Amino acid sequence: MATIVAEATGQAILHEEHEQSFLRKYIFSTDHKVIAIQFLIYTLFFLMIGGLLAMLMRYQIAWPARGELPLGGIFPETMVASGYILPEFYNALVTMHGSVMVFLAIMPMLVGVWANYLIPLQLGTHDMAFPRLNMLSFWAMVPAGILTLASFFVLGGAAGAGWTLYAPLSARPDLTGVGLGQVLWLVALVFIGLSSILGSVNYITTTINMRAPGMTWMRMPLTIWSLFITAILALLAMPVLSAAGIMLIFDQTIGTSFFLPEGGGQPLLWQHLFWFFGHPEVYILILPAMGFTSEILSVGSRKPVFGYTAMVLALVSIAFLGFIVWGHHMFQSGMNPTLGLAFTVSTLFIAVPSAIKTFNWMGTMWRGNLQLHSAMLFAIGFVAMFAIGGLSGVFMASTPVDIYIHDTYFIVAHIHYVLFGGSLFALFGAIYFWYPKMFGRLMNETMGKIHFWLTFILFNVVFFPMHGVGMVGMMRRIYDSTGYAHLQGIEDTNALITWAAFGLFASGFLFAFNFFWSLKKGKKAGANPWNATTLEWQTPSPPKHGNWEEIPVVYHGPHEYSHPDVEDKDWLAQNERPDVVSPAAGSH
Amino acid sequence: MDWALPPNYSTFGVVIDQLFWIILVITGIAFLLVEGGILWFCIKYRGREGARAHYTHGSNKVEIIWTVIPAIIIAILGVYSAAVWQDIKGASNRPADALEFLVVGKQFEWNITYPGMDRTLGTGDDFTVLNQFHFPVNEDITILLESEDVIHSFFIPELRVKQDAVPGMTIPVWFDATQTGNFEIACAELCGLGHYYMMASVTVHSAADFDAWQASRATATAQ
Repeated sequence: MATIVAEATGQAILHEEHEQSFLRKYIFSTDHKVIAIQFLIYTLFFLMIGGLLAMLMRYQIAWPARGELPLGGIFPETMVASGYILPEFYNALVTMHGSVMVFLAIMPMLVGVWANYLIPLQLGTHDMAFPRLNMLSFWAMVPAGILTLASFFVLGGAAGAGWTLYAPLSARPDLTGVGLGQVLWLVALVFIGLSSILGSVNYITTTINMRAPGMTWMRMPLTIWSLFITAILALLAMPVLSAAGIMLIFDQTIGTSFFLPEGGGQPLLWQHLFWFFGHPEVYILILPAMGFTSEILSVGSRKPVFGYTAMVLALVSIAFLGFIVWGHHMFQSGMNPTLGLAFTVSTLFIAVPSAIKTFNWMGTMWRGNLQLHSAMLFAIGFVAMFAIGGLSGVFMASTPVDIYIHDTYFIVAHIHYVLFGGSLFALFGAIYFWYPKMFGRLMNETMGKIHFWLTFILFNVVFFPMHGVGMVGMMRRIYDSTGYAHLQGIEDTNALITWAAFGLFASGFLFAFNFFWSLKKGKKAGANPWNATTLEWQTPSPPKHGNWEEIPVVYHGPHEYSHPDVEDKDWLAQNERPDVVSPAAGSH
Repeated sequence: MDWALPPNYSTFGVVIDQLFWIILVITGIAFLLVEGGILWFCIKYRGREGARAHYTHGSNKVEIIWTVIPAIIIAILGVYSAAVWQDIKGASNRPADALEFLVVGKQFEWNITYPGMDRTLGTGDDFTVLNQFHFPVNEDITILLESEDVIHSFFIPELRVKQDAVPGMTIPVWFDATQTGNFEIACAELCGLGHYYMMASVTVHSAADFDAWQASRATATAQ
């Protein structure tokens, strides 16, 4: 049945191909590849915006009394006055850096870009199950982005209650000074939720129904596994956030009291709802990155993924455990301490599948023939940095230790090792790796390697010392730490972090330059520049509308590298029959 | 640059710090194994012309080994953490005859209500002082933590105490300082524009000094 659906959709699309106007082809496109590229441009833009907000924040942290910020006229006087970032603007920076990075940059870049691009290509089908819903899932992100940017310029400025939006602060404009900005961000969040839910329905349906003949579940590339599980997480978690967000809008604007104690509400309810979404969200932000890493490590090591089945089981168990650990964000929240016990146990146990994955990635590299190109370097960087983020998580999972480090920079260090050292490293790797498929040309390797080393070194100079600053006891989201006796003596570290952060931000422009330069000047890629086995590499780069002349047939698992019976080359594509390439291999 | 935990002055802090160092050693060893392994593989197996990778899909034996070993370490750590947590926070371990204070956070100050000379809250000799928290050393202290407006977090780094103050809730927090000294309460939860200066001074007195201080305050308030 799967085949019939795939062929029917395919014919419809191929038939349409001749009649498409520019607008239908590039702007309001239903082609999953064009939508993926739209998402890519969108998310790279917001990655830059999020980075810019972080730079302003770092400036304030390092030199709280200096002023001299040449932002003349960009922001209203109520936000930046004569070169000084005001506390209201700092709170907006803290809030919107986190919000933009999580919801407008990393999450849509992991899922919107790569689920769209890779699911049909790696599964061997013509397009998504619901191409129009897919288009809508991108276009729902557009108002979200516009509202977010606009919120900086309304009276009271952008949202300032933290990306976690803890009520009552987020619900009471009289207590923050932020009115419309907070509402605009919540409306944006509802659009983001819509986009994510529509996308997820599509990814799940496509993966279940539209796999090429022979593409059994256990022959799917790990990218697809991770994106499929992520879509299930998003489908279950995003509606909770959307509903909670709408309740919060009501508290702000029409006088309800879901989260306000004076009207009978409960502030902790917000935290439970937010983290019931928020913790699966953390895994939404890391599982796809794990998928890309597995894929790139296998190709770059010229070896099958070590322990494929274990990798799939680890993904599934992380996803399951991810739904029962949300309370670990709330150990010091006033929640009953006995509940903390249960959440400690579930949280610590999520370390086990994470460890399994790390060891299997190392197993994949073991006795390989490592091709250390930019994509591979970022994938290896992912494993190295994710390990640090995972290990630092053990500290806060242990509730007694969390009493001290909760809400300090130790947490900031941890989240960035996972989200930047983890997710973003894998995303850079994914872009270097699949760029030739998207655009038909390779990104420049020299620039790529310089970009990797700058990112790797500066990332660690920025975020490793934050563990130390957190141990000293520096609280998160502090506009000026110099007034506290226990925080004397960390000024030098904070200045060092800020300088390195400026360098890290600047290195992003080398990447951006490489990205646009290579569109025209990059080396022609051909169909399969990495000698990779998965289906997307067995069609021209970039693939035509509809992806395949003829739907491929899959004969074996996704990572057949260096098979001893295959001579002349060290890989065997998923649609190549082993007994045709090499008669001896037929016996396997 | 001094990246260290501040000196600890509370009874609970001893076990918290101990657990911190235990975890640091365990994760430190894991860190060295993983990062060292990655580096070693990158050098040893770096691609060479004509070389061919070793073909394997993995091994169930090693999967079991590297599942079971972390699971055991994690289980021990979890049980031990849970026991320490229960000792510190468990409702049954709340000290029965502690000296009680009422601490109310509001944007952007800490109001501390003292029990007065009769050592009991809610009686006529209670008095409230803004942003000054005095209490005696070597005695069980319980604060009843409240908030008037938004969520704040009561944090005294040197005593290893942190607890969110939530509007609509009264949350008991207890601790026992082991040395006299001067510290600060910091707010650890973003609470608005003045979050960064929401601090109060903490003075840990000897028992006699505390009584003297309370007596002087009580007369000052009464006048």
